[in-house]
Amino acid sequence: MSKSDAYVSFQGVQKSYDGETLVVKDLNLDAHRGEFLTMLGPSGSGKTTCLMMLAGFETVTHGEIILDGTSINNVPPHKRNIGMVFQNYALFPHMTVNENLAFPLQVRKMSKSDIEDRVKKALDMVQLGAFGTRRPMQLSGGQQQRVAVARALVFEPKLVLMDEPLGALDKQLREQMQYEIKHIHENLEVTVVYVTHDQSEALTMSNRIAVFDDGVIQQLAAPDQLYEKPENAFVAQFIGENNTLNGKVLGLDGDICTVEVEGGEKLKALAVNIQGVGFDTMISLRPERVMVNPESGQCSSTVTGKVEELIYLGDHIRSRMNVCGHDDFIVKIPNSADHAQLQPGDTVQVGWKAEDARALDVLVS
Amino acid sequence: MNTVKVNSVLLTADGTPLKISLARAQRRSKIIAFLMVTPLLVFITIAFLVPITDMLLLSGNNEIVQRILPKTVETLQNWDETSGKLPDEIVFAAMVEEIKKAKIAKKHTRVGQRLNYESSGFSSLFRKAGRKVQKIKNPPYKEALIKSDKRWGKVETWQVIKQFSGKFTDGYYLAALDLTRDSKTGNIESLPSKDSIYLKLFLRTMLLSSLITFLTFIIGFPISYLLATIPTRISNTLIIFVLLPFWTSLLVRTTSWIALLQQEGVINDFLILVGLIGEDGRLAMIHNATGTVVAMTHILLPFMILPMFSVMKTIPPSFMRAAISLGAHPWRAFWKIYFPNTVAGIGAGSILVFIIAIGYYITPALVGGSSGTFISNRIAYHISQSLNWGLGAALGVILLGIVLAFFVLYDRIVGIDNMKLG
Repeated sequence: MSKSDAYVSFQGVQKSYDGETLVVKDLNLDAHRGEFLTMLGPSGSGKTTCLMMLAGFETVTHGEIILDGTSINNVPPHKRNIGMVFQNYALFPHMTVNENLAFPLQVRKMSKSDIEDRVKKALDMVQLGAFGTRRPMQLSGGQQQRVAVARALVFEPKLVLMDEPLGALDKQLREQMQYEIKHIHENLEVTVVYVTHDQSEALTMSNRIAVFDDGVIQQLAAPDQLYEKPENAFVAQFIGENNTLNGKVLGLDGDICTVEVEGGEKLKALAVNIQGVGFDTMISLRPERVMVNPESGQCSSTVTGKVEELIYLGDHIRSRMNVCGHDDFIVKIPNSADHAQLQPGDTVQVGWKAEDARALDVLVS
Repeated sequence: MNTVKVNSVLLTADGTPLKISLARAQRRSKIIAFLMVTPLLVFITIAFLVPITDMLLLSGNNEIVQRILPKTVETLQNWDETSGKLPDEIVFAAMVEEIKKAKIAKKHTRVGQRLNYESSGFSSLFRKAGRKVQKIKNPPYKEALIKSDKRWGKVETWQVIKQFSGKFTDGYYLAALDLTRDSKTGNIESLPSKDSIYLKLFLRTMLLSSLITFLTFIIGFPISYLLATIPTRISNTLIIFVLLPFWTSLLVRTTSWIALLQQEGVINDFLILVGLIGEDGRLAMIHNATGTVVAMTHILLPFMILPMFSVMKTIPPSFMRAAISLGAHPWRAFWKIYFPNTVAGIGAGSILVFIIAIGYYITPALVGGSSGTFISNRIAYHISQSLNWGLGAALGVILLGIVLAFFVLYDRIVGIDNMKLG
């Protein structure tokens, strides 16, 4: 990745509020032109702080933020020309929707007819053409959200920041808005930096996701990479559902290591992030990659599991099993025509391929 | 569905109309709600509404003349006051008889006092008549009364008595507005400006109150903004300093201003010390309008800060950030986005301060001198010193009217619903 690709670039950025602890620790992150980059992490992980530094509302304690080739550390926020969508929309209640959208254009001293054209275009883009004369309070949450998006885009910024913009919406509306924002992004080819703590939202919308924890980027990757190939225990736990088996590395053969788990079983796993033979490790295994009663040769590791609980979820059956001493081992059984018929209390064989079991670092908690 | 629709009236399952059922179901809670406010309602009625109404009604009350001189008033009805002639003997006879009666009850001076408000001299006329009528035993009463005091022989005297013999009078209101009714023609005229007191006083009350409101706004706005934008932990501490004046006696605060502002006071001494003014140039800052404005601005400041603070507290900080991210300079963002959202608080604070200010009494009385007193000081004077309760009540009614007018005006412009007080 050459440097010219980066439209937004954090270079060695650190941030401290109190001079004692670092909220953001040595952040290096590039967002490409036209990319949808999501910062994902639990609250307090530093993601919003990064967004605020990019917007200019927080100062950078150390390091530099580069926008389109020039450092913006000393550019005041109102001169950065960055669109922003806030968590609570921040629509101005004393103005109509039209006036809200016209505000950034009036500030830029555009002519009246230009403003009218642009406002109309932006409202049509979010399918609110008929709502221009309403006040924000007269709109539903989803409509307010769309107005906020339109307002952040109406002055045609090259970069748009979104700070958990869908947090206040109910589930159904949130999913609908995810697609709408994604399509708007695709059509306008703007660069979007998006902050959320909702992993499914991040997976749905992003080109790449930066997973934050404790002020550090744990992994920066495309959604599929992030889900299928987590590089450390935090990412594996944070993204999607995950079975964990703790153990000790006994041997290493190329990419594949042998791990002795607590119950004494020896399992094969892909060595992703281990310190070496003799060290503790945590095996991460997605529930849908576990096979029940596998045919011989299909799996590289097979263990015995006892069915504790079954939950019928329509498209799949969720089975909680006791495997290697862990009674929270989840197996997702697809509801296919010939899926395994289980009953609580049954003892079955479960297995998986060595590549699906990822030996990672051990979370210090 | 438990409701059945018959002839477009919704019925419940047992056939009673839905509205009646609902009213029945809610009756109990309505009765309980009413019972809960009853003690307060009774208290307010007895301790506030009744006495105030009774007092205010005095402003139009003129029963005293009819009560003490009933026959005179009755017989005067047949007299044509525009004829230029004195009333008949029968009127004089009634007057003498009734003054005799009133003298025994020691009430004749009251009539004199009442009529004296309208035309000076009546007080002494009736007091003197009280002494003289005892000697008048036989008719003709007309000559005898005129002999006792020749003012009884003037048509104007009787014109005034007849004019103010009705049960109700607008005389107090006319006086309160510096107007007078010509006793001959009955026309309403304004008093010459050297005699007009109350209009000037009303005007001064309004102007100084506006100035005080404006000053509390200018001083209070930045404080409210600061309180609303700093972390809650710090703002809670600072709010105590805003509320501190509430817990200090009004009298202490006002008198401490005297210590500060008087000619030999702290501020004058300091100005001389730094050489800004000379020893002979000590500023007069107390016992005049300046003193009233300074002290009242200080006292009323919390009433401006608290409503503004509570409104500003509800404005999310993201408003300013959004405006700035849209390209507005922070000043413009403040002026176009933040400020318009504080209007409800400014309105509530201003109306509160203004209404309290125009009715303020103790501070203008203590530090106002002659140029800084308010209309309420004049009302107090009439209630407790001149004992002209009718005029005091009329001034009070007018003041109340002004307050209500401002309230309605505020409701039209800002809306009472938008008012937030804390």
